[in-house]
Amino acid sequence: MDQFLQHLVNAVILGGTYALLGIGLTLIFGIMRVVNFTHGELYAFGAYTVYLVAAALGLDFFLGLAVAVIAGALLGALIEITLLRPLRSTDIDVVMLVMIGAWIVMQNTELLVWGGVAKAIVTPFPDAPLVIGPVSVSWLRVFVLVVALLLIVASYVLIHRTKLGKAMRATFQDRDTAALMGVNIRGVYTATFALGSALAAAAGALLGPVFLVTPTMGDLASLKAFAIVILGGLGNITGATIGGFILALVEEIGAGYISSGYRDAMGFLIIIVVLLFKPTGLFARAERVG
Amino acid sequence: MKRALPAFWLVAILTVPLWLHDQYILHILITTGIFIIAAMSLNLLLGYTGQLSLGHVAFFGIGAYASALTTLGFDVELLPGFRVVHQPRPAIVGFFVGMLVAGLSGYMIGRLSFKVRGAYFVIVTISFAEVTRLVALNWVELTQGPLALTNIPPYTLGLPGLGYYTLWSKVAYYYLVVAVGLVAYVVISRLVGSRVGRAMIALKENETLASSVGIDVTRYLVLAAVVSAALAGGAGSLYAHYLKIIDPDIFLFIYTVTMVIMVITGGKGTLAGPIVGGIIFGFLPVIVRPIAAPAVQWILYGALMIVIVFILPTGIVPAVERWLAKWTQSRHKASQVALAGNSKPGERL
Repeated sequence: MDQFLQHLVNAVILGGTYALLGIGLTLIFGIMRVVNFTHGELYAFGAYTVYLVAAALGLDFFLGLAVAVIAGALLGALIEITLLRPLRSTDIDVVMLVMIGAWIVMQNTELLVWGGVAKAIVTPFPDAPLVIGPVSVSWLRVFVLVVALLLIVASYVLIHRTKLGKAMRATFQDRDTAALMGVNIRGVYTATFALGSALAAAAGALLGPVFLVTPTMGDLASLKAFAIVILGGLGNITGATIGGFILALVEEIGAGYISSGYRDAMGFLIIIVVLLFKPTGLFARAERVG
Repeated sequence: MKRALPAFWLVAILTVPLWLHDQYILHILITTGIFIIAAMSLNLLLGYTGQLSLGHVAFFGIGAYASALTTLGFDVELLPGFRVVHQPRPAIVGFFVGMLVAGLSGYMIGRLSFKVRGAYFVIVTISFAEVTRLVALNWVELTQGPLALTNIPPYTLGLPGLGYYTLWSKVAYYYLVVAVGLVAYVVISRLVGSRVGRAMIALKENETLASSVGIDVTRYLVLAAVVSAALAGGAGSLYAHYLKIIDPDIFLFIYTVTMVIMVITGGKGTLAGPIVGGIIFGFLPVIVRPIAAPAVQWILYGALMIVIVFILPTGIVPAVERWLAKWTQSRHKASQVALAGNSKPGERL
């Protein structure tokens, strides 16, 4: 039972960052109909940015987090403007191929710049864990969860309470009508991709110090984000949030009680099972973002 | 001319080992040939049925592992107290078992994943490949995990009365790869030229219309998946027995990407496309390797992929065909003008 509680706590902490990854991807997927293979690379980019600021330059760790999120948004906007904007009217497969190309370029640029050796990020948090009854959690992980939850809430507010959010929801519902009503579709697309990228970079920046930073860390992150999006349903933010926690829970339980080697296989098994029985995701497909 | 060209290529391909004595180039030719076979099989799905399968390396790897394990034998405890023991068999049996197992998994994945389309289909296929990689990595009792399966013996071909011949040399492997490649080419060209192929192309162009005129969409898609997977499995077997060692890295997504790049560069949905693309991307590393680090090489690949999608979205072969058609047309017109005076009505030029 104690062990189960510990797994549960680990799952909740991991789930917060998974949810960030999932929300970012589901926004891009839902609004732009783009299968974003660079999502995981933005996750890795976030982690490396924190490493650059906090470890390589020796500056503040929290500053590193902020820089990572902003740099992620800018990089996302750049990708959208240079690669996706010219391809807007082509079919989804062509865009996917371009995104795979971009993914290869980004991953190998990281490999070239940082080398293949895994990097560790040192944080200002104390080594002694927080112990509550039978459960012990490091302060870093508590911080990761809190920031992740804050970012999730911020995304909700952005999408439901701001004008940009309204424009995004309108574009998701009906792109042409939204354009007729004066919504700047180009701007919405760029903003969506930048927001999704910023969330992915934030997830990487948060998990980078928990695990290690490697050039290939983005591969699994992309695939896990896909799993979360499928679990939650296309373009469904609430679904992606819950999906993130479910995936983390399944992984944690699977690793704890079945085999740690198959930890990363859990997400894919979820994808296959969900698509077999309920292809629209566990939560009925949202007709609009939110 | 039209008939002479394939014959010319065939002769050129068959005489390569006679004038090429560089073992390294021959090695590149063999691995390139194996990947061309895999790319041709992917083209059947990607080019002819229009399904972007990004898990193709799974079939390649399954074929490789099935073939190697058939040849090496194994002793695995499936359930407590229930052991499966397999005695080593000849490598050539492994080749067919590899194709069979890959074809069966193609059938299963086809039945499952063709329920969904587009982005969902892509993600299911990636997930499948990733699961197979993790199984190969973690089922150590069967696959040796990261320690790899080693000492995979080469094929022994035997004809009754003529004795046996084991393929130790690179030249022998070269001819084997060419032979398998030719068979794969003929199978695919026959298939896409048949009623089945027309049905596949019809459902690529317009699936709703195709199913409304009575084409059983799922059946043809699954058929394409089975043939495609079996051919990829055969290529995987060739790879395993040529390199004599395979590890779970054979399932890496990057190999699928390599096949996809070959197909789209050459021209998806054309018979020659995967061959042209395969030769380009088979030899590009040889040219680039001395001047660039592997990471730079891959950056180049990725950038090239983007550039090709932007400037040559249909690939090289269709572009060349269009260009040739234009050229012959204008020549044709010119000759027509010249002959207009002395040709009888109805006579064909």
